Amino acid sequence: MIITERMMLNRQLAQMLKGGVIMDVTTPEQARIAEQAGACAVMALERIPADIRAAGGVARMSDPAMIRGIQEAVSIPVMAKCRIGHIAEARILQAIEIDYIDESEVLSPADDVFHIDKTQFDVPFVCGARNLGEALRRIAEGATMIRTKGEPGTGDVVQAVSHMRQMQADIRRLASLREDELFEAAKQLQAPVELVRYVHENGKLPVVNFAAGGVATPADAALMMELGAEGVFVGSGIFKSGNPAKRAAAIVEAVTAWKDAKRLAELSADLGEAMVGINAQEIELLMAERGK
Amino acid sequence: MRIGVLALQGAFVEHEQVLRRLGAEVFEIRSLGDWLRPKDGLVLPGGESTVQGRLLRQTGLFEPMRREIAAGLPTLGTCAGLILLSPLHFGTMSMQVRRNAYGRQLGSFHTLGSVKGVGEDVPMTFIRAPYIESLLSPQAEALAWVGGRIVAARQGRQLVTAFHPELDNDLRLHSHFLATL
Repeated sequence: MIITERMMLNRQLAQMLKGGVIMDVTTPEQARIAEQAGACAVMALERIPADIRAAGGVARMSDPAMIRGIQEAVSIPVMAKCRIGHIAEARILQAIEIDYIDESEVLSPADDVFHIDKTQFDVPFVCGARNLGEALRRIAEGATMIRTKGEPGTGDVVQAVSHMRQMQADIRRLASLREDELFEAAKQLQAPVELVRYVHENGKLPVVNFAAGGVATPADAALMMELGAEGVFVGSGIFKSGNPAKRAAAIVEAVTAWKDAKRLAELSADLGEAMVGINAQEIELLMAERGK
Repeated sequence: MRIGVLALQGAFVEHEQVLRRLGAEVFEIRSLGDWLRPKDGLVLPGGESTVQGRLLRQTGLFEPMRREIAAGLPTLGTCAGLILLSPLHFGTMSMQVRRNAYGRQLGSFHTLGSVKGVGEDVPMTFIRAPYIESLLSPQAEALAWVGGRIVAARQGRQLVTAFHPELDNDLRLHSHFLATL
């Protein structure tokens, strides 16, 4: 695959977000709270995943006017979601100069076969993945950042953990193979052999890899860092909780201080009500199953 | 040579890799305990300056770090690191900076330029970068310009770039920083 200068710059923006927390926000006011709490970027959307679940129906790209309001409210990067395969929504988000597009399984897929050819865009894309094969397919399509899918809107971290462990185990396995075994590995992973070779040689993805889907507490964030995440998305976990500003700040510091259990104990204290959450196995709609 | 790299948020690992390739000993600074370790220099990496600024204050690192930089600790600040040294945060470098000066991510770019004391054709990667609008002290010196704007400067032992020398495979700027220690 040809890595253009633009693609390189887009991968590099993700590098600048490492060690940070990207927060879902639905209003300029929430965006300002997130920025003041130390979010490294915000995801502008009309409804957070927990409310998308509750509301049901088709979830689409947010109103560009609403996204603009958030772009004007903060100085940190602003991301927004388009539906899987929805080329036109992505073009609209590029036209309003969004800093990152999330081609996201949280919204209703627009195409049940094809993802967007992200190499045709100048703005960067982040995509969800449950394992290495999915991650490398998205990178081949032009994604310049990967996140686990987790199970969004649940407040249940179990799926994010399972996806991150799977991805890291896949990476370790690839790194241990002989050179002549990489072709078969590419076949099994259903991914381009050149990307498989990159992972074999470097022991990591060629792009930054965040955790997402179900993170609700500072301890959840620290757990994801322990498992190899380079940063964390928090969706419903913050603004569905009792004290969003305090919880947001605590999760931000937990991502930096994830090895320091004493500090994590302080950060976890007196945060008020966490989002109620639903167990991932109790829900009917599995968003992580969208877009393989 | 021991260099502390501020590791609260951002692209600190990239700086560590470059410094190690140049033979420096490197450690990460995340807490006051880390800060107290002996060091010959400090690197403030790229990332989001609002996040780093907040975490510096939240962890109690802000004041001790500001004092030592002001007292002459050799410091390299890139992108967000440049903003940390400006009056928006530490204020140890007298300059006026413009954040996100090239706009949103679509305005990010790569170019080559000369940096005084470092050389010609230095790769310069600007990611939602700032530039320096003006230097306000006779002790401050501009070292590089892109499009008529100052993108690298020094004042005393502080060296700043608006671009990211840690992202390109060119060791000259870090090598220059280490040579001044």
